[in-house]
Amino acid sequence: MINRKTAPAITDAVSFNLSLKPCERYVLDNKTPVYAIHAGAQDVVMVEWVFYAGNWYESKNIVAGTTNFLLKNGTQKRNAYSINEYFEFYGAYLNRSCYNETATITLHCLTKHLHELLPVVAEIITESIFPEEELAICKQNQKQRLQVNLKKCDFVANRLIDEYVFGFHHPYGKYTSTIDYDALQREELKAFHEQFYKNGTCMVFAAGKLPANLDQQLNQVFGKLPLNSQPLPDMQYPVVSAVEKKYRIMNDAEGVQGAIRLAQPFFNRHHPDFPKVQVLNNIFGGFFGSRLMSNIREDKGYTYGIHSYLQNHIHQSAWMISTEAGRDVCEATIAEVYHEMERLRNEPIGKEELDLVRNYMMGSLLGDLDGPFQIIGRWKTYILNGLDEQYFYKSIETIRTVSSDELQILAKQYLNPEHFYELVVV
Amino acid sequence: MITFDRFVLDNGLRVLVHEDHSTPMAVVNVLYDVGARDENPDKTGFAHLFEHLMFGGSINIPDYDEPLQRAGGENNAYTTNDLTNYYCQIPAENIETAFWLESDRMLSLAFSKKSLDVQKKVVCEEFKEHYLNKPYGDVWHKMRELAYTTHPYRWMTIGKQLSHVEDAHIDDVKQFFFKHYRPVNAILVVTGHVTTEQVKQLANKWFGDIPMGDKYQRNLPQEPKQTAARKLELHAAVPLDAYVKTWHMDARLDKGYYAADMITEILGGGGSSRLYQSLVKEKQLFSNLDCYHFGSIDAGLLAVEGKLVKGVKMEDAAAAVDDEINKLQSAIISEQELQKVKNKTESVIAFEDMSIMSRANSLAMYELLGDAEMMNTELQKYHDITAQDIQHYCKQIFRTENSNTLFYYAN
Repeated sequence: MINRKTAPAITDAVSFNLSLKPCERYVLDNKTPVYAIHAGAQDVVMVEWVFYAGNWYESKNIVAGTTNFLLKNGTQKRNAYSINEYFEFYGAYLNRSCYNETATITLHCLTKHLHELLPVVAEIITESIFPEEELAICKQNQKQRLQVNLKKCDFVANRLIDEYVFGFHHPYGKYTSTIDYDALQREELKAFHEQFYKNGTCMVFAAGKLPANLDQQLNQVFGKLPLNSQPLPDMQYPVVSAVEKKYRIMNDAEGVQGAIRLAQPFFNRHHPDFPKVQVLNNIFGGFFGSRLMSNIREDKGYTYGIHSYLQNHIHQSAWMISTEAGRDVCEATIAEVYHEMERLRNEPIGKEELDLVRNYMMGSLLGDLDGPFQIIGRWKTYILNGLDEQYFYKSIETIRTVSSDELQILAKQYLNPEHFYELVVV
Repeated sequence: MITFDRFVLDNGLRVLVHEDHSTPMAVVNVLYDVGARDENPDKTGFAHLFEHLMFGGSINIPDYDEPLQRAGGENNAYTTNDLTNYYCQIPAENIETAFWLESDRMLSLAFSKKSLDVQKKVVCEEFKEHYLNKPYGDVWHKMRELAYTTHPYRWMTIGKQLSHVEDAHIDDVKQFFFKHYRPVNAILVVTGHVTTEQVKQLANKWFGDIPMGDKYQRNLPQEPKQTAARKLELHAAVPLDAYVKTWHMDARLDKGYYAADMITEILGGGGSSRLYQSLVKEKQLFSNLDCYHFGSIDAGLLAVEGKLVKGVKMEDAAAAVDDEINKLQSAIISEQELQKVKNKTESVIAFEDMSIMSRANSLAMYELLGDAEMMNTELQKYHDITAQDIQHYCKQIFRTENSNTLFYYAN
């Protein structure tokens, strides 16, 4: 009979020799940098164009987001339908997303079709025209979508907590109202596109089973465009955090759950404490075996899930705790979150728990690097944050070596209830 | 082309291995042939609640997650109307930890009362989060009850009502486990940086001595053919009127399933699809509109669902959807449009197969359907569908008497 009581021997994941596959780098004729990872078994490819065209650069609310949204809704040669038809005929996906500093155009396709698709991406970058009727449809539908979202307590809570932490006039803290949509003008989108896409600051990330001549293909189609020739405007925004710390908002009198958010401003990735706090955060609420999950879900059953994380911003981050809990146990949930902070401040983390989290984080990192899209994603994060692969190796070193004492000092420094904004939206 | 080896243990456990040595990871996937369709109508939501209990400690191991995390692994699970699937990803060196954990919870759970009490609460919060505390959260509860009179697809995996979950008793848990969670009703798939020999040895060592159990004989009440259109009107505190319509379609292995899958693409797949272009962009009747199906193993539903632009009359929106469907029934689609759908399918399959986790998942799913090799022949089944087939199945599916319509009005 086998012994089922005892776990099989394991290799500690901390001893794994993790490496980040180097990415190929080159520059197009117009100085557009390209980062590429050639890997994977399937004949698929992802190419992403990253522009500094996020809401950081807009002078009026949602101009950046709407410009990005309507990029593929008409060029001088094609209307919205024919652009969609063109990409979809090849089974390709052309997506766009707008973030705070950056906005992206992302193409996923079979490798064999890439050369047919690149020229139309270039057309979108240089020749989008933002037709009036497309803007009108977008306004109408986005306003309706917003109306539905405003009925959801988690959506409302996400907006408000960012506002408390960063202030409504900071790109990380502002949000949209239907009035903003009504005020949008076509000319504003055209001007934003002209400055931040057509003549914008751009870099390209590519991954998958790449065609051998990808550099030539990219240079031929994108190397002559007027990208990367104008300096980016230097925009700075002060963080203006709210004075009041505690909020209880009633959004739906009939609601059966409350959305709970606790947050405090935190440094960005360049701060020396950041990698260590990542480990502390994991123990606190960063994975399924975390203290918040073990206590509030697995012991008390107050919620389906509770998580803590450092927001993924470039200039400045926030440390956030987020959950939806039964309406009658919201206050008890918050009390338990503070109780877990207190334990981390007052008691050193035991060796067994810390070893588990080290191994878990290493295994998770190894899993995260599985596949070309994941690898380029990590590179992208580093490059956009002004970091290099040294950050990867430093993070690993931190996971391996950060001590219980160091984590307790960090908990005392950062996990104090009085520093957190506290919000419940029912 | 996904290559794999297959063998069966003496206790009936089917094992599939797909080697991929380009990754340092391995995935261990255990699929149990039980879903919400196998539930008693008075105890719905049980298969899903049970999935939660599978993490509450097994006969020899008090905690599932902790040793796995210590070995650098991550895991999750999901329950559908058809099946329950558990998977973990782990550095390949430590794969035996996954065999130890998965085999012990197949051998027997600890049947902890505390775990049951807590997970009932957790699942109730999940129910509230996704279905009660959201606008339109009850749409699919209502639609399933409208569309199915008999088949257990009548309820959602989360269950019909909170009380079914709250009333679950530890005896129900035990009975369910020994009926469904036996080797003979399970499929084990291992993918990644492993060899078949290694998996054979580990599978025999850890799973080999688990009692086989009785093969579950599924004998579900079949849905009678619908003979008259059904309609339901609801009023709720939502901001916009919503329209949902479904039609019964063929089961997973029928030719009609592939045709239906392509029909949903033609109608609702992407910005150049027919419904989006006509009803969202040109006529501006809907602010969003989707067309999809559920991928069910038994005969499922094809759905069109959207929110109306404020001021648009429900009857006008519904008539416009019918017009688009009539066009598909009366005129054959062009070669270009057919080719577009086939290209999309090829692309979807290529992207799906990228990770060892989704390959494990697909192999288990196709093995459940009868033959894992179908994973490699699936694309051909789509290629074989002709424009005439599309028209034929449009006529078959989109019959008025086969339809269920839900008008969901804002108060």
